[in-house]
Amino acid sequence: MKVAIVTFPGSNCDYDLYKCVQFIGGSPEFRWHQDSSLGNVDVVMLPGGFSYGDYLRAGAIASMSPIMEAVQIFANSGGPVLGICNGFQMLCEANLLPGALLRNESLLFSSKEVILRVENNSSIFTKSYEHHKTLRMPIAHAEGNYYADQEALDQLEKEGRVMFRYANQSGETTIESNPNGSVNNIAGIINTHGNVMGMMPHPERAVESVLGSVDGLDLFKSLLAHIVDPRPV
Amino acid sequence: MNVPSPQPRVGDPTITPELVSEHGLSSSEYEKIKEILHREPSFTELGVFSAMWSEHCGYKNSKRMLKLLPTKAPWVIQGPGENAGVIDIGDDLALVFKIESHNHPSAVEPYQGAATGVGGILRDIFTMGARPIAVLDSLRFGDLNSGRVRYLFSGVVKGVGDYGNCVGIPNIGGEVFFDKGYEGNPIVNAMCLGLMKKDSLIKGEAEGVGNLLVAVGTATGRDGIHGATFASEELTEDSQASRPQVQVGDPFTEKLLLEASLELIHSGYITGIQDMGAAGITSSASEMGGRSGNGVEINIDSVPVREPNMTPYEILLSESQERMLVVVKTGHMKDVKNILTKWELEADEIGRVTDDGLFRVTEGDQTVVAIPCLALTEDCPTYEREGEESVQIKDLRSRDLSDLDTKPSNCEEIFLGLLGSPNISSKRWIYRQYDTTVRTNTILKPGADAGVVRLRENNKAIAATTDCNGRYVYLNPRTGAKAAVAEAARNLVCVGALPMAVTNNLNFGNPLKPEIYYQFREAVLGMSEACKLFETPVTGGNVSFYNETSSTPIYPTPVIGMVGIIEDTANMTSPLFHKPGDSILLLGNNTDELGGSEYLYVVEDLVAGEPPEVDLLAERQLQHCVLAMISEGMLQSAHDLSEGGLACALAESALGNKSNQHGVDIILQDRLDPIPLFFGEAQGRILISCDQSSSSRVLQVAKNHGVPCHEIGEVVSPSDGFKIAGRTGSLEIEIEKMSDIFFNSLPSLMGKANKS
Repeated sequence: MKVAIVTFPGSNCDYDLYKCVQFIGGSPEFRWHQDSSLGNVDVVMLPGGFSYGDYLRAGAIASMSPIMEAVQIFANSGGPVLGICNGFQMLCEANLLPGALLRNESLLFSSKEVILRVENNSSIFTKSYEHHKTLRMPIAHAEGNYYADQEALDQLEKEGRVMFRYANQSGETTIESNPNGSVNNIAGIINTHGNVMGMMPHPERAVESVLGSVDGLDLFKSLLAHIVDPRPV
Repeated sequence: MNVPSPQPRVGDPTITPELVSEHGLSSSEYEKIKEILHREPSFTELGVFSAMWSEHCGYKNSKRMLKLLPTKAPWVIQGPGENAGVIDIGDDLALVFKIESHNHPSAVEPYQGAATGVGGILRDIFTMGARPIAVLDSLRFGDLNSGRVRYLFSGVVKGVGDYGNCVGIPNIGGEVFFDKGYEGNPIVNAMCLGLMKKDSLIKGEAEGVGNLLVAVGTATGRDGIHGATFASEELTEDSQASRPQVQVGDPFTEKLLLEASLELIHSGYITGIQDMGAAGITSSASEMGGRSGNGVEINIDSVPVREPNMTPYEILLSESQERMLVVVKTGHMKDVKNILTKWELEADEIGRVTDDGLFRVTEGDQTVVAIPCLALTEDCPTYEREGEESVQIKDLRSRDLSDLDTKPSNCEEIFLGLLGSPNISSKRWIYRQYDTTVRTNTILKPGADAGVVRLRENNKAIAATTDCNGRYVYLNPRTGAKAAVAEAARNLVCVGALPMAVTNNLNFGNPLKPEIYYQFREAVLGMSEACKLFETPVTGGNVSFYNETSSTPIYPTPVIGMVGIIEDTANMTSPLFHKPGDSILLLGNNTDELGGSEYLYVVEDLVAGEPPEVDLLAERQLQHCVLAMISEGMLQSAHDLSEGGLACALAESALGNKSNQHGVDIILQDRLDPIPLFFGEAQGRILISCDQSSSSRVLQVAKNHGVPCHEIGEVVSPSDGFKIAGRTGSLEIEIEKMSDIFFNSLPSLMGKANKS
């Protein structure tokens, strides 16, 4: 699995993602925000961080950078694109995903371990997970409060495109388990064609037991399995 | 040396005794300047001397005492005098680390003050060639019931968080302490650790005559002018008017500077690099020139500025953030520009390395400054001041505490009061605003005795902690400083790390007052004694004097930042109890000491008495003993005893991170009253737990090390509650009740409901 990891000025999870892809047996390659081509890769990943210092809005300037045209083309041709944290914000800003990430309800940066419930395990990103399995992984963001208007939200829900929701240990999606005020406890969504996913939590920080959780592993393994055997799931 | 005379500039004020004094220089210091120059300085030169001979840059009232600290060990690669200390950690790797204060800026503008504090310490690390791997913050504030204090506290936490989060460096620990003694003058110390290959070390030296001096990063503005001098004065009612002296940070540029600097250092195109920190261009250029023995010449017209009509005086003394001075090898300016352009950074040639030893500044074809570099960096007058203990503090220390009721009937109520004190309660409200897991190496997060990051290169890990109980130092500076070093070492061994070295941040009041200089001297002596015995040399740090508001000094607070190495991450230990049935043991002895305790502060509203005695030899044996137990895999948990004593340490180990809680059943045989037994802060104690089957081995190892060790009870299920029985009193409380107070106290003080 050849993975292009795009570094923007201010990205700070690019290296973590690189190590993670290596760890699961993939071949990561960095791409620079000013590159105009992605090269021959199987997957594109947009890492977390503060691209362009979050100036204007988180992800807004990055979504206009030269490489994003190549990402658009890659995505439109069905290539898998994963955006994590700031990468999710970029995907929304680039209209590859619906909705927006607002300031956390608490107005504070929130860094902690959260519990996610797998909502849909029939995507190329989640097929290795059991349905409704609960996962532990860290969040670290100030703008992770997912919002979409009622129409877009209804569509997301109707089409089963919510991939992860914040939940408690028993797997219930309660107000208390929602760390940022996201509508319907949404932590991650996918596009209509099922090849572009964005999520606020950091699966790449949950791939080794020494880091406290290995629950992010199956996400990368799902992708790896898809690249090896790209039959529809 | 023959020092040329600069031409006077039009509009420069005439130098009068008043002007000299406004620049923080005494008349005898001014005489010394004239002696060095063999003439009167120009106005610009006066500004340059004022900054470089300020307490902040010149260490004039501390240098002599600091020489008493141990600074050498076979593993020390770089001791004090550089941007940061460096130690050898094996496998061709070096650890770079330093702590620095930003107290004064944070007192007037908490968010920017704290943010730029983090920015400055990061630059000190990556300009040595190391990639920053972790940040810690050591904070002190007044009573949180004051609105002003809450404003300072929340602003500082947000500033520390936003800056580190954006650059992408995990915050792995630190400490915070609240006491009326810090009411108007908070303490904000930030520590950074960096990692590099040993051969990547680069120093802040201006090598190679003819090489270019290049300014990198943001343009120079009028912010922070005379910040170094500002930091060398007491805070007064008028300090709010100094808000323009506080710099404004831009972590995004910092992140670019970080990546670009490391790329430049590895490229081989440069010979030296230094942050333009306190005293900006002046200090970076003259220090780089001084260290290499060369001179530097700066053409002021080439320095990129943000505002028109800036004078040489302003440009030289500006402390605009996110700027670096780089020495570029001749012929490589274009290569350097290419790297910087990639990172969208500006680079401007502003001067060159010369051979005349002078810090020379030209404007057009006129020389405006010509001062020997070494006069600025080495000739700053140093003083040993009068020191005499304050009678008032002496009285407080000798206060008779024997009339305290040490067998009260409401031990539970007292205990819950202590658990809810912000000095003991959970600090989650703070570190949840800090990214603790970015870089995916953090294996022990804030909330443990020490923070730990693993090394990807081998099986080792780096542990770090910051410690100091200012109350102890206030009541007895020598004992208190020893206690700070001892606690830092205990915190490291509790996670399984061998203590290696220290960086210190000495926060004190006005050293010209004999009672303050006494505290400083005594604290340095105590620190020196402890660091020598523990073989943890001091590789650098920072002195922050003049921490006073309206002439009321802070508690003397010599913060110890200590780093250690865990040989095998498999043996890392946390403070949390593991499972019901495990044996709980206490290493070290309980005593009847209550002086300087959190109990006295919370219950009696009193800061008095002799702080707990520190037996350094016993501490060292205790450290070796715990490390031996951990390396043999005997322990399930280890936790240092500090504020709030045994009962609070047990609570911390039991309440954990809220998800995996336990109860305890403890029986204590000591002939002590409940108050000192439960809440006394006797030093040299560590709470450990182990599988029941290992307890006899644990007792044996303790015996072999000559460390007192008693099995005091066991871990039980949370539904069985929290029980401590002494001979003359006991405690019994539900875990849920404790947990609620422990985790919700700080959030509710800060007016936020604590979610999940």
